Amino acid sequence: MQFKHLSIALLLAAVAATPAVAQELTGTLKKIKESGTINIGQRDASIPFSYFAKDGADQSVGYAMDICAHIVDAIKAELKMPNLKVAYTTVTSATRIPLIANGTIDLECGSTTNNADRQKQVNYTNTYFVTANRYVAKKSSNIHSLADLKGKTVVSTAGTTNIKWLTEANTAQNLGMSIIPAKDHAEAFLMVETGRAVAFFMDDILLAGLVANSKAPADYEIGSEAYSVEPYGAMMPKDDVAFAKVANAATQKLYTSGEINALYDKWFLKPIPPRGITLNVPMSPMLKRVLANPTNSPDPAMYK
Amino acid sequence: MGDFDWSVIQRSWGYLFREGMTFTLTLTAMAAIGGTILGTLLAMMRLSSHKWLSLPATGYVNLMRSIPLLLVIFWFYFLVPYIGAWLTGSSTPVKVGAFASSFITFTLFEAAYYSEIMRAGIQSIPRGQIWAGYALGLDYWQTMKTIVLPQAFRNMLPILLTQTIILFQDTSLVYVLSITDFLGAASKVAQRDGRLVEMYVFAAVVYFVISFGLSLLVKRLQRKIAIIR
Amino acid sequence: MNYNWNWGIFWATSTDGVHTWFGLLLSGLAWTLFVSFCAAVIALVIGSIIGIIRTTPNKWLVGLGNAYVELFRNIPLLVQLFLWYFVLPEVVPKGLGDAIKAMSLPWASFVPAVIGLGLFTSARVAEQVRAGIQALPRGQRMAGTALGLTLPQVYRYVLLPMAYRIILPPLTSETMNLIKNSSVALTIGLIELTAAARAMQEFTFQVFEAFTAATIIYIVVNLIVVNVMRIVEKRTAVPGFIGPAVGGGGH
Repeated sequence: MQFKHLSIALLLAAVAATPAVAQELTGTLKKIKESGTINIGQRDASIPFSYFAKDGADQSVGYAMDICAHIVDAIKAELKMPNLKVAYTTVTSATRIPLIANGTIDLECGSTTNNADRQKQVNYTNTYFVTANRYVAKKSSNIHSLADLKGKTVVSTAGTTNIKWLTEANTAQNLGMSIIPAKDHAEAFLMVETGRAVAFFMDDILLAGLVANSKAPADYEIGSEAYSVEPYGAMMPKDDVAFAKVANAATQKLYTSGEINALYDKWFLKPIPPRGITLNVPMSPMLKRVLANPTNSPDPAMYK
Repeated sequence: MGDFDWSVIQRSWGYLFREGMTFTLTLTAMAAIGGTILGTLLAMMRLSSHKWLSLPATGYVNLMRSIPLLLVIFWFYFLVPYIGAWLTGSSTPVKVGAFASSFITFTLFEAAYYSEIMRAGIQSIPRGQIWAGYALGLDYWQTMKTIVLPQAFRNMLPILLTQTIILFQDTSLVYVLSITDFLGAASKVAQRDGRLVEMYVFAAVVYFVISFGLSLLVKRLQRKIAIIR
Repeated sequence: MNYNWNWGIFWATSTDGVHTWFGLLLSGLAWTLFVSFCAAVIALVIGSIIGIIRTTPNKWLVGLGNAYVELFRNIPLLVQLFLWYFVLPEVVPKGLGDAIKAMSLPWASFVPAVIGLGLFTSARVAEQVRAGIQALPRGQRMAGTALGLTLPQVYRYVLLPMAYRIILPPLTSETMNLIKNSSVALTIGLIELTAAARAMQEFTFQVFEAFTAATIIYIVVNLIVVNVMRIVEKRTAVPGFIGPAVGGGGH
């Protein structure tokens, strides 16, 4: 009896599997299948999304990395490759989009804003975080609004939506600020720390992470005004429907099952490596809405 | 700001040297070897009487020598995956890791400089020796391999090594790609621990000690070769 | 290849809302030339002084000159720029350090870039000047002294006028190196030509168009400098003298 059940199960499994095998793999999935490797793009200092928890680590940890691990599992299942190798490449704000576009990486797991402009180059998974563009400044420099920054030197990270907004606002509002493009978030924060720049414009959640990890967190203040809504998603190659389907199904499952809440708590409400600092950022109503109705829309209005 | 904490160097020693310096030295050694080989071939092409060999080689060397290394680094970082796709016939660009990408960039860039040195080296060999080679019945490759190149290489060795010291210093520019070479490791520690002064001064000292030490060795070698000649 | 070519991008308005991308590249070129020119002045002045003292009979001066050259030649340019930009303001008295940091852009990047590039290049110029002076026959120096000239007069009227003329060709290639090396200043925030191309690449994603344009501009600058210097070289050439061969390449 048991034997019979087993054989039926096997038969069903075989039948179920056949269409998938028969269906010709294309694009990224085909590339992954053939090379036996999926290439993940990671960040080195996007706390707590994707960052190195210790010196010399070659693999980042974080909220986005955990979500991507679920996507990788779904790809393993889809391709029936339980031993699929995962290779990690560290990307920067400036290199991540060209590297997705030229195929160096298949999935970028970090803190990348999803917007309409970028959707011409790349595709995004379901949004997993919603943040806003703000600035951080030293309390001692007495900055309370954008107007206070008139004529001052400010910094933002090269290749981000934030520096783009900053450059445009500088002209539009005639602020006369000097804008330094920094190579990465750590370098940008350093500019404020050493007094080279007065303020650093970046997604508020990243600023919170940098401040919390700095030598003197009490010295800094994050501006109260939010200048834009920035939904985060993992980037994927453009026009790859099959790959996107697997990735979105995996994130959808993660959200609807509620597993995402545990992940969120782990990175935003509990102590995180390397120094056991707690960011203490409760889930925003915007993010709650997105998790209830997953979307990869680039339209900021969808999140308000 | 007198409160410097030099113990940060000791704390990050393993990371700086096992990770960073290993990358820097491996990249230097491999690009020096690759650059010399490719540079020698380019020099031979430039000295060829066939225009279709000498012109492309001249164009390549002049192009590489007129643009900044940083621009070349950016070029290849984005271009190499496409070249890989073209070479392998793949429809999508091929993933090339940080090390491979830097290796290809520095080899192709430095080849232009090594080729100028090797060209001078080859030209320093009296033409009579080449004719003697042909007279003995050797073909072009045999003449080059057994007569010209060994001498050219020996005569130019000090200059080739001096160029390699410059290459060693130039590898620090991979910093712009956030790669963890020695300077990359030092600046990551500097930014994380807020120990800029200590780490950058230390990096300068380390680069100085290695470059200066090597240049002293090159000088000794130069004297030795001068005696042989 | 799944790459969207768009050569019209150069005429599109850049992110600052004022200039086109082509205009941004040209402004980058202007900074490249400006920073190179200022650094060249420093390099020529200090490089000459150091080069000259290395040929004097005074052992201490020679040692000092040699130490200077070795110091600036054996530390990567990028590290030197970091020392001027990040380290200097922290090790000078606090008031001065804060004043340095409070400088507005682009001067906050420009000044350390000029100092760093200038001193880095001065070590290389010093090497050329020394070689140029030493390439002159010893008899010239002796003849000068025999005429009753003091040592400074021997340099001023006999040695230097000859030495500079014969080291002009190597100085041309040092000028080219300097222009190329100035791209390293992008690491301390100066938006010179390479940085402008990079900014264009980041905002427009048109990687290859941006870098192609920058490459062409560098080649054109290269050709102009080489040809102008060739004319100068022809006018000032000393019959019977060819430049000294100083070992070692560079970029």
